[in-house]
Amino acid sequence: MASGHGGTDLTSVLAEADGGGALPKAPTGIRGFDEITGGGLPRGRSTLVTGGTGSGKTLLGLQFLVAGAREYGEPGVLVTFEESADKLSANVASLGFDLDGLQRDGLLVVHAFQVDPAEIFESGEFDFEPLFALLDDTIERIGAKRVVLDTIELLFGAFPNQAIVRAELSRLFRWLEERAVTAIVTGERGDNALTRHGIEEYVSDCVIVLDHRMHEEISTRRLRVVKYRGSAHGTNEYPFLISAHGFVVLPITSVALDYGAPEERVSTGVDRLDHMLAGGLFRGSTVLVSGTAGTGKSTLGAHLIDSACARGERTLLVLFEESPDQVIRNMRSVGLDLRHWAEAGLLRMWAARPTAFGLETHLAILAGMIEEFGPAVAVLDGIASLTHGPSGPEVASMLARQLDLLKASGITTMVTTLAHEDETSTVGISSLVDTWLLLRNVESDGERNRLLTVLKSRGTAHSNQAREFVLTDHGAELIDVYVGPAGVLTGSARLVQEAQERGAQQRQGEELMHRRRELRRGIVEAEARLAVLQDDLAAERAELEQIEAREQRQAADAEAARSALAAQRWADPASHGEGGRR
Amino acid sequence: MTGPGGAGTGAGASPAPAESWELRLYVTGRSPKSVRAIENLQRACERYLAGQYHIEIVDLLENPRLAADDQILAVPTLVRKLPPPIRKIVGDLSDTDRLLIGLQLRPQKGDPA
Repeated sequence: MASGHGGTDLTSVLAEADGGGALPKAPTGIRGFDEITGGGLPRGRSTLVTGGTGSGKTLLGLQFLVAGAREYGEPGVLVTFEESADKLSANVASLGFDLDGLQRDGLLVVHAFQVDPAEIFESGEFDFEPLFALLDDTIERIGAKRVVLDTIELLFGAFPNQAIVRAELSRLFRWLEERAVTAIVTGERGDNALTRHGIEEYVSDCVIVLDHRMHEEISTRRLRVVKYRGSAHGTNEYPFLISAHGFVVLPITSVALDYGAPEERVSTGVDRLDHMLAGGLFRGSTVLVSGTAGTGKSTLGAHLIDSACARGERTLLVLFEESPDQVIRNMRSVGLDLRHWAEAGLLRMWAARPTAFGLETHLAILAGMIEEFGPAVAVLDGIASLTHGPSGPEVASMLARQLDLLKASGITTMVTTLAHEDETSTVGISSLVDTWLLLRNVESDGERNRLLTVLKSRGTAHSNQAREFVLTDHGAELIDVYVGPAGVLTGSARLVQEAQERGAQQRQGEELMHRRRELRRGIVEAEARLAVLQDDLAAERAELEQIEAREQRQAADAEAARSALAAQRWADPASHGEGGRR
Repeated sequence: MTGPGGAGTGAGASPAPAESWELRLYVTGRSPKSVRAIENLQRACERYLAGQYHIEIVDLLENPRLAADDQILAVPTLVRKLPPPIRKIVGDLSDTDRLLIGLQLRPQKGDPA
């Protein structure tokens, strides 16, 4: 009947508001988790991890212990009320947790208690002193710094006297704190509370909620840090997965800003497409290729893979719609030999029919492949088949996680998806991609032709022009389309238009030459006429001058004759005589 | 396997003289609950099982690891090892009725005493 636990609420609120300095943390070794908590769990304190059955509570606790023992030199104790020690060892061996080995090395001790309510009969007061004594003994013996109690709430079911169980657990949590061990206590998620029996009341430092939802056969796991006294922490719901290497939390929002931004360009394998993208894709970027059926999306993917393999890089091709053999055959028809890359060990193909297992598992397998194979380039071909069914948001979130994982791993990724004519239907991942290529079928004059446009390309000056996308027996090629008053023309319409243009040009040339000749002739004629006129002009001027000269002579002669007559009459100068007379 | 029939169903008669009761009581040191449990158990045995019982007291503070081996989480815990089946009674045994029911001695309670 230990003392009450009331009153902790107010102090915890105050401490929370206070914030405080750097709280010492104990890293969990769980990828992603230590990032969102700024270093792990509060050192020397207890953390409550609560969730439903199969939500991953036990695994989180185990990984905390295994990482402590292996990586941080902190031995640990696990007290489990759920499984036998043997069963537990067997269950987690597949995750690479060698519990038996750690126990032999004195880095871990597992105590398993089977609590069977039917077996226990109560008479009078009791306490959990044996558990305290056992923990105390074990902590001393191996120098344990970490303790996990999984799932302690089962004790409520085992002992009818709830008041005693409650008091004893409260005492246990205080005791753990006094021992300054970093502890994880797991609880069962209650209907309207964090735990079924309200033990969050006693663990006020850090509370983590795990959630496992199944919707439309798609399983999604989420983790949320509900409370972390004295420490900043991400408050979102973080998706996590249980992969072949244990617990992995994918903090999409926090990691997204940490991506490196390499300047290096990676060829798409199609020269003119590289040109459209000002030199290719940025390494580590994500490209979305969307298009209607049969527009050559997979071929673009195969080109990317082919060129990466040719550079000696490892590539991963995840197929959602076809089998590897089908793809190899199809790509051979456009002159791409993927088989020899696969045989050379540079290409790994994984045909993953998404209906075969949940998205969760899918992500886990992908994560495993990335870790083990280490591809530089990945192509996810045909993700649209994931979106069948009404579980859009889950799928989008799942894809986001896959893309995030690939991006975080620095892998240049191409995602191809079937899009209907409506461009916006691309499952809401467009904001996650750096480059978006749209392939369209243009139908006219009884034929379908493919058009490629760059819808967006972050950080790249890219062409805004559509190109015709032609699949030849030596791969994909891009050709300038005819853009004219009649619109965009492709295929034979483009060829016809081009021929027509050539014809028109020729005719026009001939006409011009003819006209030029005519004009030249006209000029020559005019010049000739001009010369004749100028001769006439000169002749007429000359005649005019002669006439004027003759007139002057005649006038002079007449004057001379008059002077001579005057001199005969008065013998005076002509001028005086005349003037004087008047 | 003669025990369960006789003790379990409480065949109406007092326990057969040949029947022996193996009882083990887990305690932690000399805590008040531990002391009370020992006293309560001895009193009940003298009254209902005189001459047919054997009590073993196990102190878990002396050997804490025994708690894990014997699956003892709470003290005091009384284990009826014989006659089978094994029965566990948790508490200071202050409630004699509950103790007798737990030991499956209840039907005999009124008869011999």
